[in-house]
Amino acid sequence: MQFMLLFSRQGKLRLQKWYVPLSDKEKKKITRELVQTVLARKPKMCSFLEWRDLKIVYKRYASLYFCCAIEDQDNELITLEIIHRYVELLDKYFGSVCELDIIFNFEKAYFILDEFLLGGEVQETSKKNVLKAIEQADLLQEVKKVIFKNKSFVT
Amino acid sequence: LPARERNGMRFNCLFPAFSSPGKSKEAEIKRINKELANIRSKFKGDKALDGYSKKKYVCKLLFIFLLGHDIDFGHMEAVNLLSSNKYTEKQIGYLFISVLVNSNSELIRLINNAIKNDLASRNPTFMCLALHCIANVGSREMGEAFAADIPRILVAGDSMDSVKQSAALCLLRLYKASPDLVPMGEWTARVVHLLNDQHMGVVTAAVSLITCLCKKNPDDFKTCISLAVSRLSRIVSSASTDLQDYTYYFVPAPWLSVKLLRLLQCYPPPEDAAVKGRLVECLETVLNKAQEPPKSKKVQHSNAKNAILFETISLIIHYDSEPNLLVRACNQLGQFLQHRETNLRYLALESMCTLASSEFSHEAVKTHIDTVINALKTERDVSVRQRAADLLYAMCDRSNAKQIVSEMLRYLETADYAIREEIVLKVAILAEKYAVDYSWYVDTILNLIRIAGDYVSEEVWYRVLQIVTNRDDVQGYAAKTVFEALQAPACHENMVKVGGYILGEFGNLIAGDPRSSPPVQFSLLHSKFHLCSVATRALLLSTYIKFINLFPETKATIQGVLRAGSQLRNADVELQQRAVEYLTLSSVASTDVLATVLEEMPPFPERESSILAKLKRKKGPGAGSALDDGRRDPSSNDINGGVEPTPSTVVSPRGWAIGAWGPPGATPSHLLLRTPSELGCREPPGGRLLRRPSYQGGNGDSSPPPPPRFVCKNNGVLFENQLLQIGVKSEFRQNLGRMYLFYGNKTSVQFQNFSPTVVHPGDLQTHILPLAVQTKRVAAQVDGGAQVQQVLNIECLRDFLTPPLLSVRFRYGGAPQSLTLKLPVTINKFFQPTEMAAQDFFQRWKQLSLPQQEAQKIFKANHPMDAEVTKAKLLGFGSALLDNVDPNPENFVGAGIIQTKALQVGCLLRLEPNAQAQMYRLTLRTSKEPVSRHLCELLAQQF
Repeated sequence: MQFMLLFSRQGKLRLQKWYVPLSDKEKKKITRELVQTVLARKPKMCSFLEWRDLKIVYKRYASLYFCCAIEDQDNELITLEIIHRYVELLDKYFGSVCELDIIFNFEKAYFILDEFLLGGEVQETSKKNVLKAIEQADLLQEVKKVIFKNKSFVT
Repeated sequence: LPARERNGMRFNCLFPAFSSPGKSKEAEIKRINKELANIRSKFKGDKALDGYSKKKYVCKLLFIFLLGHDIDFGHMEAVNLLSSNKYTEKQIGYLFISVLVNSNSELIRLINNAIKNDLASRNPTFMCLALHCIANVGSREMGEAFAADIPRILVAGDSMDSVKQSAALCLLRLYKASPDLVPMGEWTARVVHLLNDQHMGVVTAAVSLITCLCKKNPDDFKTCISLAVSRLSRIVSSASTDLQDYTYYFVPAPWLSVKLLRLLQCYPPPEDAAVKGRLVECLETVLNKAQEPPKSKKVQHSNAKNAILFETISLIIHYDSEPNLLVRACNQLGQFLQHRETNLRYLALESMCTLASSEFSHEAVKTHIDTVINALKTERDVSVRQRAADLLYAMCDRSNAKQIVSEMLRYLETADYAIREEIVLKVAILAEKYAVDYSWYVDTILNLIRIAGDYVSEEVWYRVLQIVTNRDDVQGYAAKTVFEALQAPACHENMVKVGGYILGEFGNLIAGDPRSSPPVQFSLLHSKFHLCSVATRALLLSTYIKFINLFPETKATIQGVLRAGSQLRNADVELQQRAVEYLTLSSVASTDVLATVLEEMPPFPERESSILAKLKRKKGPGAGSALDDGRRDPSSNDINGGVEPTPSTVVSPRGWAIGAWGPPGATPSHLLLRTPSELGCREPPGGRLLRRPSYQGGNGDSSPPPPPRFVCKNNGVLFENQLLQIGVKSEFRQNLGRMYLFYGNKTSVQFQNFSPTVVHPGDLQTHILPLAVQTKRVAAQVDGGAQVQQVLNIECLRDFLTPPLLSVRFRYGGAPQSLTLKLPVTINKFFQPTEMAAQDFFQRWKQLSLPQQEAQKIFKANHPMDAEVTKAKLLGFGSALLDNVDPNPENFVGAGIIQTKALQVGCLLRLEPNAQAQMYRLTLRTSKEPVSRHLCELLAQQF
C-alpha cells in the first residue's frame, strides 16, 4: 500500500498515512485530486478505480471515506477488508466510533493504525492482539478515553 | 492527574472553534494563530516545561498540522520527549517525528540516538515504538543508521513476537527505500523459517518481507516455496473456526493466504512433484470452496473469500501451465461477470483480460463475448465499462474482430469523454491487425474520424495513410471512400486531412468517373479549405500542387487559387511561402520535372505501429499482455507485418518529396511519421518544397555512442536500464581482439527470443568491411536474474572510423524490446606501443610533416589535470610513453603502430598541458590522414 487517507464528506482530511516518500506539495496535490475524484462518485459505483498508475480502493462509512492507494499487483478485495478491519478496530477501541473520535483522539487513530499496518503491509490481523497492544499502552498512560457517544458509523 | 488530563488534553475544550461547525474559516485561522503564538512563547519561556506540558503542546502542534496548517517549530521539544521514560510522552514524540519528518541533520542525529537507546532497551513496547518510527520515516539516513541492526533483532531467539513483526516490516520499508543498505547474509535463511512460526502475526509480517526480498534474490529464498505451500495448505484445509482470532468472518486467515499466494507468484511452479501436487490440491480446494454456499451473508465474508479466489486465479494464470485449472478459473470468472456486486464484475473483467492472453484459456474467454458486450452497453459505472472495453480488446482475434470492432465503434458514440481516445486507439489497432480486407480497415478508420474526430490522434490518421500508401490494392477504394465521406456537409478536419492526402496521391484512380472528375474533386476539397486550420490548409495547398501534376486540366484553376491575394499575401508565413513556391514551381518547371518532384510517395518502411506505441505509453509499461501485439495467438499472422520493430534507418532516396507534404509546425506534425533523424536530415522539417534535400548523417543515428571511458579501458558496464545490464570485458593483441559480453536480466521474468547480433555498418562509399566480427549465438531465453555470456572474435582488416553496432532484441513480458549500442571497439584498440629514442622520434616526426598527416586540437580540460592520471590514460589508449623526448618535462610524447591486416599505421602523439589556462594541445601525426583526425578526436575527449 502506498498511502491511506481518511476524509469527510465535506472533503476535510481527517487522517493521512504515507508509506512512500513524497514531498508535502505532492501529498497535498494527491489529496486534493483524490478527494475530488472519490467524492464525485455515486453510491452504487464500484469501490475500485484506476488512478495514475495506482489502484484506488475506497469505502464510505457514514460521514467518512476511507481511501487506500495500492500497487498494480495488490489485491483489491483484501484491501477493502483492511479498511473494514481498521474500522472495526477503531470501533472496538472507542466503542461505536464516530468522526469526532478520530478528530479529537487522532493520536489513538494513528497508534492503532501503526499496530495494524506497518510500512504499508499488514502487521497483525488479530483484533485481540492489536487492541491488547493499544490497551497496554493505555494502562501505562492511566487515562480514560473521552468518547463521543451515540454516533456510531459502523453499520 | 486524570482530572487534569481530561481538561488539559481534550482539544474540544482547548479549541472550541473546531467542535462548533458554524464558525468561519477566518475565525479558525485567528484562533490557531493565537494558539501557535501561545505555544511558541511557552517553548521559548524561561521556565523549563515539565514533560507533561511538553507533550501537551507538541500534541497540539500535531493537531494543528493535521488540520492542514504549516508547522515550522516544535521539533526539538518532540525530540526531547523521545528520551522521556514515560510511555505516552515518548509515544507522542515519535508520532510528531514520523508525521513531520525533518531533514535537519542535528535533529536526525538526536533522533537516531534516541531510537538506538530504545532498540537496546529490551523493553518490547519501547522497541516497537522505535521500529514503528523507523518504518514510518523510512529515510536513507535511518537506513544507514539501522539497516544492519534490524535483521539481528528480527531473528534473535529472545525477541518478542510483536517486536519480530515490527522488525520484519521495518526492514521491508528500509529495503524498499534503499536496498543497497540492507546486507543479505546468514539471517535470510532464518527469516524464511519464520514461515513456520507458531504466531500467525509473525508469519504474516515475514511473508511480506520475503516477497519483497526474493524478487531481487530469488535463489537465496528458494526454500520459501515449500514452506509457503505447506502453510497455505494448512490454512486452506482448516475449518472456519480453527484459527480463532485469525479467522475473519468464517474465512481462515485471509490476509495471510493472499500474501502466501502472492509470494508463490514470484517463482515458477515448484519443481518438486510432491510440493507441486500439494499446491495444485490447494488451488483446487479454493476453486471448490467458491461453489459452496456462503457461510455468512455479510459482504466481509464474501470479500475475504473472493480475495483468496482472485489471488488463486492470478497464480494459476502466472503458472500458465495447467489447462484444467485455467479453464476452471475462466468459468468461475464467467459466473462473476453477471454477479450483482459491481466490485466482483469489475474484478472479473480485469482478471479475464489476463486469462485471454493464455493459449489454454483464450477460447474459453471468448465464449463470454456476449456478456462482455452487454456490460459495455449497460454498466452504469464508467470504470467497469472501461474494463469491459479492455477485455474485448484482449479477447479479439480474427474470428471475432468484426463484431468487436463494430461494438466498440457503437460504444464510442456514447462513451465517456475520458476514455474516448483510448477506445479510438484500440479500434484502430484491432482494425489494422485483424483486417482481412483493407476496405474494411479503411471504412473503420473513417468511421472513427466521423464518430470521434476530435479523439483521433495524429498517430491514427498517419497510420491509415501509411497503409494506403503501402498497399496498392486498397488505394482506389480509399480514394472513392474519402471522396464520399467529404461530401457530408459537415465533416471533421481530420477527415479533410486524410481526404486531402489520399486524393492528392490517388485521386487519379477515381478520376474516370464523371461524378468524381478532377474539377469536382478539387472544388470539393476547396469548399472545406476556408474552414480549416493553418496546418490543414498547408496540407491542402500541397494537394493542389499534386493535382497540377496528376490532372493538368486543373492547372489554370489552381494557379488562380494560389495567385489569389488571400494566399500570396497570407499573414501566415508558411501558407504564404507555400503559395509562392508552388505557384512558381507550376509555372517554371517542365512537365518532367514536375512529375519527378511530385511523384507518388514511396512505400514506407515497415515498423511497429506508432498507434500501439502510443497506447503503451498511455497505459504505462507492463500494461499486461492485453496490449501486447504479439500475443500467443497462432492465428495472428499479421497481414501488415507491421508489428515487429525494424531498424528505422532506411533512407528513402525520394524522401524529400515528403517535404512537400509536411504541414508546418512542430516535428510531430510532419506528415507520415518520418522524423528528421529517420530521414537522415538534422534540420527540422520545414515542410516546404523548394528546399535542398539534405542527406547529412547517413544512417539515423539513434544509438548512443560508446561511452568515451571505453576508449582507454577494456572492461566495464556498457549499458544498463531497468531490465538489462550489459557488461563488457575485452582483450586485444595486434590486429585481433576478443570481447566477452555479459547480458544480465535484472528482472524476475524470463526474456524470450533473446537475440544479440553484431553488425558493422562498414564504409558507406567502398562497402569494404574493415572489421571481421565472429559471434557465437546465445540461448534464446534468459531467466530472471540470470546472466548469459557472448564471445566475439574481432579481426581488424583495415583502419575504420565507426564502431560496430550491437543490436539486442528480446521479448519482456510479451512486449518486444530492442536496443542498439555502439560496441567499444575503436581503432586505438589495435595499437602496439613502440619505444624509441628521442632522435628517432624527431626524425619520424619530420617525415610525417604533410599538413594532412597532422591533426591538432586545442581544448579545455574537462577533468582535473593530474600528470599520473594523464599517463594512465595515454597508456590505456595504447601508445608507448616516451620520456626525455620533449624538452618540456610537463609534456607527454607517445608512439605506436596501429595493426590492421591490410596495413600498419605509424602514430606519433604529443600532448601539451597548460595548467594555468586549464587547456591542452594535442597533436597527432600518422601516415594516414583520417586516422590522425580520428585518433585526435578520440583522445581529446578523455581529458
